[in-house]
Amino acid sequence: MHAVVSIKQVPDTAEVRIDPRTNTMIRSGVPSIVNPEDVHAIEEAVRLKEQFGGKVTIVTMGPSQAVAAIREAISLGADEGVLCGDRGFAGSDTLATSYVVWKALERLNREEPVDIMLCGRQALDGDTGQVPPGVATRMGWPQLTSVLKIEEIDFVKRFVVVQRMVEGGTERVRAQLPAVLTCTRDLNAPRYSTFPNMVRAARYQPQAWDKVALGIADDDPNIGLRGSPTIVSKVWAPAPRQRTNQQRIDGSDPERAAEELLNVLLEHGVGKRPSTSTAVGVSR
Amino acid sequence: MTAPTAAPTEAARDFSDHKGIWVYVQHRAGVAAPVAWQLLGVGRTMAQQVGVPVAAVVLGSNVKHLCDEAIANGADTVYYIDDPVLNDYRTQPYAYGMASLIRKYKPEVVLYGSTIHGRDVAGAVATMVKTGLAADATQLEIEEEGHLLHASRPDFGGKLMSTILCKRHRPQMATCRPGVFPTPDPDPARKGEVISESLGLTEDDVLTRVLEFIPETRHVDLSNAEIIVSGGRGLGGPKSFDILYDLAEAVSGVVGASRAAVMAGWIPYQHQIGQTGQTVRPRIYIACGISGAIQHLVGMQESDIIIAINSDPEAPILKMADYGIVGDMFQIVPALTRRLKERLAATGGPVGDAPTVVFVDEAEGEQEEQAG
Ligand SMILES: Cc1cc2nc3c(=O)[nH]c(=O)nc-3n(C[C@H](O)[C@H](O)[C@H](O)COP(=O)(O)OP(=O)(O)OC[C@H]3O[C@@H](n4cnc5c(N)ncnc54)[C@H](O)[C@@H]3O)c2cc1C
Ligand SMILES: Nc1ncnc2c1ncn2[C@@H]1O[C@H](COP(=O)(O)O)[C@@H](O)[C@H]1O
Repeated sequence: MHAVVSIKQVPDTAEVRIDPRTNTMIRSGVPSIVNPEDVHAIEEAVRLKEQFGGKVTIVTMGPSQAVAAIREAISLGADEGVLCGDRGFAGSDTLATSYVVWKALERLNREEPVDIMLCGRQALDGDTGQVPPGVATRMGWPQLTSVLKIEEIDFVKRFVVVQRMVEGGTERVRAQLPAVLTCTRDLNAPRYSTFPNMVRAARYQPQAWDKVALGIADDDPNIGLRGSPTIVSKVWAPAPRQRTNQQRIDGSDPERAAEELLNVLLEHGVGKRPSTSTAVGVSR
Repeated sequence: MTAPTAAPTEAARDFSDHKGIWVYVQHRAGVAAPVAWQLLGVGRTMAQQVGVPVAAVVLGSNVKHLCDEAIANGADTVYYIDDPVLNDYRTQPYAYGMASLIRKYKPEVVLYGSTIHGRDVAGAVATMVKTGLAADATQLEIEEEGHLLHASRPDFGGKLMSTILCKRHRPQMATCRPGVFPTPDPDPARKGEVISESLGLTEDDVLTRVLEFIPETRHVDLSNAEIIVSGGRGLGGPKSFDILYDLAEAVSGVVGASRAAVMAGWIPYQHQIGQTGQTVRPRIYIACGISGAIQHLVGMQESDIIIAINSDPEAPILKMADYGIVGDMFQIVPALTRRLKERLAATGGPVGDAPTVVFVDEAEGEQEEQAG
């Protein structure tokens, strides 16, 4: 079994601070982490390896610092890692990113056929969830997003049955392998690194793949800024909605405060049955 | 809603063969997701501004009624593919159908809900037609000149807004947050055109099968709730949510929560409101023991009336509340529920109604403000 896990190094957004003058993110001193849902993807791949034997390969596109993300994945049990980096990749949006990750997946698949690709559902920094569908579509593999559970997987008969989160419930889906899955936190509880894996990770040097290694021509229109249809045109601070007639109610006497609140609610129509009926065509 | 024209940075391309604003109609088993009509509403406003038609795209099997609903909700045209292969939503045939329609009819803008379903299909379609896709927009504006779409959304933990443009490719696509744009009042008398197309795939081409759909046992419909009673870390534990459920029941409301309460395991994630939860705009939002972190505020600040009960007079939520009560929610909320029950029992009000009752509010006067 060969599982490829696509991971992204992201700033720990809980710590992000904004420069109020320039409206830009203050990056210095912000710690980087492996995108949290990608850690669940790594865990799931390592579990598959433990169950079926085989290999887990990590792929990431990013700057040279992203080697830290690969090392973390190795410490969690992955076997190999590939860091896709090239000046030409700078400024990639999700479409251009999915192109490079797809190229890497194609090469890995040529060298050692891939049975399953696992990704995170969404990256913490962009929150788009667009890279995995991009890779799956380019590869012509089925995509199963927001996976809660792998119910059944068979690498001989080449299918997988998953539960995925959908609006209003859960869906059980069967897909042919190879497939691209995006992982949620419900999928598993990631383990801690073991000491031998940590030692291995500390020394680990991932393969570095640039344009040439990925078979991407210099003038390929699909990469970097050129290959990115979207741009961020501006970042701005939204004006908060102005609320008029704000009132404070003193809560030191709870009964009196409750009485005042009751009047507020009644004033705003609580307890009255609205005369309007449900509008035609509004479905829930 | 018209955006100022951006400074021209590149030689303008000729996109005159691309016309119209499209909305993808997400549905399950023929029941449309509310976001589809919300997007038809904002899509129509933009379309009228720049003088182009607005269209809905309905894919499915035997879902003709959705075409009628789309027209009632503002579509001039509906592109409809009816095929048994489309009976269940699956990425591959849906994205294929959508991409074929886009290639043939060349819209300039395509909007999807930023739901699980919407993101799933839009990411694939964007890759097939090689165009830009902005994620999770909460504001949409269109330039009169060149019809450039400005799709904006909260970023950096909700502290700032980012505006995404797609200058060199058409269509310009975006997934958009449910619950942000108002639902239009449907007009069953509206007329529109339905254009039917065939899919051109057979079941054998599709590599996935949906085996089963398991509905959530307790559906938490926050986005349609009229009244939301929300709790945070100040509740101190899961048991205290009973106090909120009591009040919610008395007002026929739904219970929401901050992420702190969800992370603590006091209440399931479906209840979470905010940047990484749901966006809501109820008539009344009652925040109990919630401090009002920016990531929470972005999910509820469009509520008509905000009531906050917090023991800390400096809590940020009090600064944005219409009614700010400085006090102990453990005393005030039960007292309020008791009084409310007494009062409503006396007047025969809807005490004890199922909390899922949905009232359709006619007062959608905030449309302008909403869409910026
Ligand atoms: C990337 C990111 C995404 C996030 N997304 C979300 C999101 O979607 N939704 C969200 O809510 N948060 C989100 N957060 C978390 C957010 O930053 C806050 O940590 C969270 O909202 C705090 O929850 P809280 O107000 O319940 O808790 P606290 O901030 O701890 O506030 C508890 C409040 O309860 C009050 N209190 C205590 N006892 C009482 C009492 N007896 N009576 C009345 N009041 C009392 C206290 O005065 C205090 O104000 C996100 C954070 C990050 C970094
Ligand atoms: N630069 C990248 N390199 C490798 N994988 C990525 C990259 N960006 C995103 N991904 C994968 O795509 C998932 C969703 O990210 P996104 O589409 O950016 O929200 C992530 O959890 C990763 O698994």
